[in-house]
Amino acid sequence: MVYLNLFWSFFQIGLFSFGGGFAAMPLIQNQVVDIHGWLTPAEFADLITISEMTPGPIAINSATFVGTQIAGFGGALVSTLGCILPSCIIVSLLAWVYKKYREIVVIKGVLAGLRPTVVALILAAGLSLLVMSFWGQDNFIWDIASIDFIAVILFVSGLFVLRKFKLTPIFVMLGSGIIGGACYLLI
Amino acid sequence: MEKNLQNCFKLFKATFFLSAFTFGGGFVIIPLMTKKFVDELGWLEEDEMLNMAAIAQSSPGAMAVNASILVGWRVMGLVGALIAIIGTILPPLVILSVISLFYAAFRDNAVLGAVLKGMMAGVCAVIFDVVITMAGKIIKAKKLLPVVIMAGAFVVYYFFQVNIIYIILFCGTLGALVSMHDKKTGKEHL
Repeated sequence: MVYLNLFWSFFQIGLFSFGGGFAAMPLIQNQVVDIHGWLTPAEFADLITISEMTPGPIAINSATFVGTQIAGFGGALVSTLGCILPSCIIVSLLAWVYKKYREIVVIKGVLAGLRPTVVALILAAGLSLLVMSFWGQDNFIWDIASIDFIAVILFVSGLFVLRKFKLTPIFVMLGSGIIGGACYLLI
Repeated sequence: MEKNLQNCFKLFKATFFLSAFTFGGGFVIIPLMTKKFVDELGWLEEDEMLNMAAIAQSSPGAMAVNASILVGWRVMGLVGALIAIIGTILPPLVILSVISLFYAAFRDNAVLGAVLKGMMAGVCAVIFDVVITMAGKIIKAKKLLPVVIMAGAFVVYYFFQVNIIYIILFCGTLGALVSMHDKKTGKEHL
């Protein structure tokens, strides 16, 4: 039963995550944290951090991580298969359709409507994660006293070097891990 | 493209290493794939690679998986697609399985906890960097509808917790309808 749940959850994530990369994040959060409670919000934040630190798509990484946590290696395999099955079917179909009708107005329209939606969803998920990082919980509380100043400084300086110097994300993530880790342990 | 064992192995090796060294996912994989399959192996034309990137992006699911399936189909049919899928999912499957076990054992480790906490802030910075670039492109295009869709989707999702699947279905349908109407009237809302 748990295999079936994992498969079906990640099948939906695979089916509905358009745009790649961070686009899958809010969907994964929805299935894994909100609907099934397989991970706590804090564990989910760790998962995103780990996914970003390791190679491979976030959706596949999450499928493996959640699957392993819930039902061992079998769970990881089932979740990953569920996650890629929609891609396999739809991509193969689209490749065929594309060969036949290259410039379909409706398909282009659907994508044009989805692009801004995806950006909005990524922003929402990023904001949840930011609140988690600043306040250690996922509810919005504008409480300056309990804000984590180390996290704020890491975030602002990380964003600054990314925008200004186009630094590779891996350096920013590793750097804030090392510098932040040292600060948290020493202060 | 000959379907011999040597080429099968080349395809597996190429997709495996592309997947193993692509951090963060998304469009990052496309320039790497172009280098491998167009420049190095000479299996594809650059135009074909770009078309495949567009299809991969238009399909749901992970960009890297989608693009690999397309390249696999193109160079070696069904066998190629299967090899490409296995090559692409194997690295994250193995790495995350190991980390997942390790993570369960060391979750309460103080040093690891502090590093993860620091990294979370860095990940947020990366996410906001991507969002600023993406949203900036949409705003600079100076079309009202995409900006309204973006703002609307954010508000209903973040503040009213509307199910994402409904938001995606609604905006996709809206895009289809508007584009059909635009084609008739010759306008460009999207």
